[in-house]
Amino acid sequence: MATIQAGESYGFFTDTSVCIGCKACEVACKEWNQLQGDSPSFLADSFDNTGTLDAQNWRHVKFIEHVPDQSATTGNGTAWLMMSDVCKHCKQASCMEVCPTGAIIRTEFNTVFIQQDVCNGCRNCIAACPYGVIGMNSQTGTAHKCTLCYDRLQGGLEPACAKACPTQSIQFGPLAELQKAADVRLAALHSQGVKQAQLYGRDDKVYGGLNAFFLLMDKPETYGLPNADNAGLPSRNDAGGYLAALVTGVLAVVAGLVAFRRRVTG
Amino acid sequence: MTNHWRDIKNSDLILINGANPAEAHPVGFQWFMRAKLDRGAKMIHADPRFTRTSAVADMYLRIRTGSDVAYFGGLINHVLQNSLFHDEYVRNYTNASFIVKEGFSFKDGLFSGYDATKRTYDIASWSYETDSTGFAMRDKTLQNPRSVFQLMKTHYSRYTPDMVSSITGIPVADFMKVADLVGQMGKPDKVMTIVYAVGLTHHTTGGQLIRSGAVLQLLLGNMGRPGGGMNAERGHANIQGNTDHAISWEILPGYLKIPAPGQKTIADYVAGSAPKKSDKNSWNFFGTNYSKFMVSTLKAWFGDAAKKENEFAFSFVPKPAGNASWMTIYDQALKGKMEGLILSGMTAASIGPDSNQVRQALGNLKWLVVMDALPTTSSEFWHAPGVDASQVKTEVFMVPTTHWIEKDGSFVNSGRWSQWKDQVLPPQGQARHDHWILADIFQRVKKLYQSQGGKFPDPILNLTVDYKDPLKPELDEIAKEINGKDLTTGKQMTSFALLRDDGTTTTGDWIYTGSYLDSGNLMKRRQGVQDTKTNDPTGMGFYPNWSWSWPLNRRVMYNRASADLDGKAWDPTRPGITWNGSKWVGDVPDYPPTMNPHDPAAWLPFIMNGEGVGRLFSNSMLDGPFPEHYEPVESPVANPLHPGNSASPVVFLYDKAAGRPDRFGTATDFPYIATSYRLTEHEHYVTQHVPHLVQLQPKPFVEIPYELASEKGIKSGDQVRVSSKRGKVEVLALVTKRLGAMTVAGQKVYQIGIPIHWGYVGLSADSDSSRGRYWLANALTPFVGDANARTPEFKAFLVNLEKM
Repeated sequence: MATIQAGESYGFFTDTSVCIGCKACEVACKEWNQLQGDSPSFLADSFDNTGTLDAQNWRHVKFIEHVPDQSATTGNGTAWLMMSDVCKHCKQASCMEVCPTGAIIRTEFNTVFIQQDVCNGCRNCIAACPYGVIGMNSQTGTAHKCTLCYDRLQGGLEPACAKACPTQSIQFGPLAELQKAADVRLAALHSQGVKQAQLYGRDDKVYGGLNAFFLLMDKPETYGLPNADNAGLPSRNDAGGYLAALVTGVLAVVAGLVAFRRRVTG
Repeated sequence: MTNHWRDIKNSDLILINGANPAEAHPVGFQWFMRAKLDRGAKMIHADPRFTRTSAVADMYLRIRTGSDVAYFGGLINHVLQNSLFHDEYVRNYTNASFIVKEGFSFKDGLFSGYDATKRTYDIASWSYETDSTGFAMRDKTLQNPRSVFQLMKTHYSRYTPDMVSSITGIPVADFMKVADLVGQMGKPDKVMTIVYAVGLTHHTTGGQLIRSGAVLQLLLGNMGRPGGGMNAERGHANIQGNTDHAISWEILPGYLKIPAPGQKTIADYVAGSAPKKSDKNSWNFFGTNYSKFMVSTLKAWFGDAAKKENEFAFSFVPKPAGNASWMTIYDQALKGKMEGLILSGMTAASIGPDSNQVRQALGNLKWLVVMDALPTTSSEFWHAPGVDASQVKTEVFMVPTTHWIEKDGSFVNSGRWSQWKDQVLPPQGQARHDHWILADIFQRVKKLYQSQGGKFPDPILNLTVDYKDPLKPELDEIAKEINGKDLTTGKQMTSFALLRDDGTTTTGDWIYTGSYLDSGNLMKRRQGVQDTKTNDPTGMGFYPNWSWSWPLNRRVMYNRASADLDGKAWDPTRPGITWNGSKWVGDVPDYPPTMNPHDPAAWLPFIMNGEGVGRLFSNSMLDGPFPEHYEPVESPVANPLHPGNSASPVVFLYDKAAGRPDRFGTATDFPYIATSYRLTEHEHYVTQHVPHLVQLQPKPFVEIPYELASEKGIKSGDQVRVSSKRGKVEVLALVTKRLGAMTVAGQKVYQIGIPIHWGYVGLSADSDSSRGRYWLANALTPFVGDANARTPEFKAFLVNLEKM
């Protein structure tokens, strides 16, 4: 890969069709970022014992079993879904919008980063993130999430998870290149008849576009991701609220005027 | 592997049986994905469970564990009945045309020569009809009814799709889809690989399970070719190296046979061990050079004490009269015939079958030494939960060793690449290298022999310990010694072909000769993808200057068979080696480099065999010249092929022979089939000490088919008890549709999956109130193994399941 340069947009293309659920990404992330991980517990949920992204888990492989009852079946990434989830580094980042201290910034690599020395631990971002990515670190009292290995990028290295991924399910690179690669891969799958394959966050329909976008083998809801209809910034909801308030106000004035006129004429 | 990891990208069709590479070999698995993504290869996974490998396979087939001989046998039958085999290859490169002796037969599940009392075969009738010159008779028309081809055709005619379905549980229509794909792979421009692992090995029919795949590959002309082969995935970073350097009792380094009682001279030894030439065009390279390899090994071991006059100290080498495989060791301990045991880098209490019995065996010892980097179930067995330490008389010594990351040395991967690595961390605490501990023990024993004498001091007193510090040999010195040298010049040997049997050359392991030259350690080479044009000149992915591959840096074994009789590649887009008019080019040839294929005296392609060709019929197995399906020792059904001889008639029954009570269960008490395996998140037992990995798979569990769990009212996360005739585990349930019911011999059967990684040592056990008392998966497995190698039947046994 070419040199990593400030000023360029970087991200992940996570191709779930070739994920083998090995969790090397989870471990490589923890090793590089010195995350201890949560205390072990058996979740009885397929092979997932991580459960969720949080302050200690910045990559999380989801396992979704759709294996049919037949004794022979096609795998091809459709029957046992595996997806290495991560912070999406949204173009329209909800966390950034609600952060009162300006701790959450967009870096020179166009990634979303929480500055630990500015974060005051208010948890607004945790509530705002539509993907449940962010968690509180009980030791530092601040919010933590994937940094897209900001320190590695600054040193010219690709993020630890992408480096460790054995099947290139996690690809790192300049966003434009990743988008091109994703289009090629999607076309290949569609030509093989895998019609349900779809890109998520490749275009601007989901939070203005995701720097960490995905190739999914089922609809986003299957993976617990909001679909395009539901993926907008909190401020989008505000517009409706403001409009409703305005309408209510106007109606109130009109109603008042009507009431007064009746009294006068009555 | 006959081939290597990267080579899998060259395949058109990948059959995976008894393996789960996505989980066990995720890094190597990238080449399976490249074959799929870059060349549209199809991947077919037949396994009792839908695993993370199945998840990306084009076809997954639920197969009953231990029934793969029937699966491959059905494919062999399909290929033979429909003439889909690679005709030219089969006629010229296999023993299909060899005529088998009158008197060979197969009836009701028994080959000729069976002795029911001894439970062994007399294999005299499993050999070739010979002509006046002593060579095997051949019929290249393949029409002779006693030709291997016709005998094989008859043998496998019983493996009809219906029979295959009845044995394996795979529906006929699904099996036929596989058969159609496999049937296309006999064309010269197609090539298929078969990938397997311990899912084939860990059966009483393990050797034959693997052979059945190899026979199919020979029929399709896929052995020796890039993208083809029989590819064993090894279970550790260095298991291949272990085997090469004789970790198994029955071999010396480089797969030389262990000498047998009665052999007094090198000539006796070679006569009893080396393959014999059975065709005039067979080079029989191994057989011809057997004495050179052996004498050079003896010279490396015993130096000046190995002289022509004393048969090069051949008398110093043990000649075991009985079997000494893994289970035999514990069987001997159970009988009270073992005084002590040194365990290095493995934990007997977890890895062996019937671990309750193994623990009893450990308790019968006077002393036990455990050499390991971290506590193991063996070092702690004497105070395991439920054990009264005061009743255990075994004195246990824990000798802390370095971890591999704390030493340099080589790892030999599944693809036979010996890759040198550096020390990453300095040794911690009092840890010492395993080889330093052994060197120290050796010197102390030697001193005792020197001062006190002994029954047979010669091998000890004369063993070569030619290191700068005999107490602390460097791995670099040992690697150099393994390569061997010419004693007349003092130079490192460059090839095993140059070894001699006159005492002037040495080798520590002849297949590694050529790995460490005077110019340096070739295992350190790293010319890889940084410059693909220079480093991979053929474009086939051989990368000849990346590390070093045995033998002689060859990347694909038997590669003469990758070219036709004229020396042209069967598929010009995927050449192995080709004849350019004056020499063989491409990979390092498995053949004389300048032997003209048009020379009437040209050697046949499989130079290591006495026959010179691939063996469809072989007398080197103890349980039959053709692979035949036998039921696991514990099975819910009688063998549909021959119910009277259901399981293998020649497996050794330890408990019975020792007069101990029978420890095999029946389907009446134990109605479910179980199989044991590893998960991607753990490496055997050692990762129970690694917090990040314990988080990923924190507790022992068993995988239970959804339908069976519903019958029993079991939900994921419930505590369940799984028991066999030998013991029980009490662990959590993981209910899944990735396992399911199947119909076998007209009967509905379920398979249960049991990951092996837990025991009473490690972070999980420490945090559990039971301290992992009933967590050893091998408490369930049977104390019985393959008829040839005695590898235990970890992968197929019967259990019961209860909700707790």
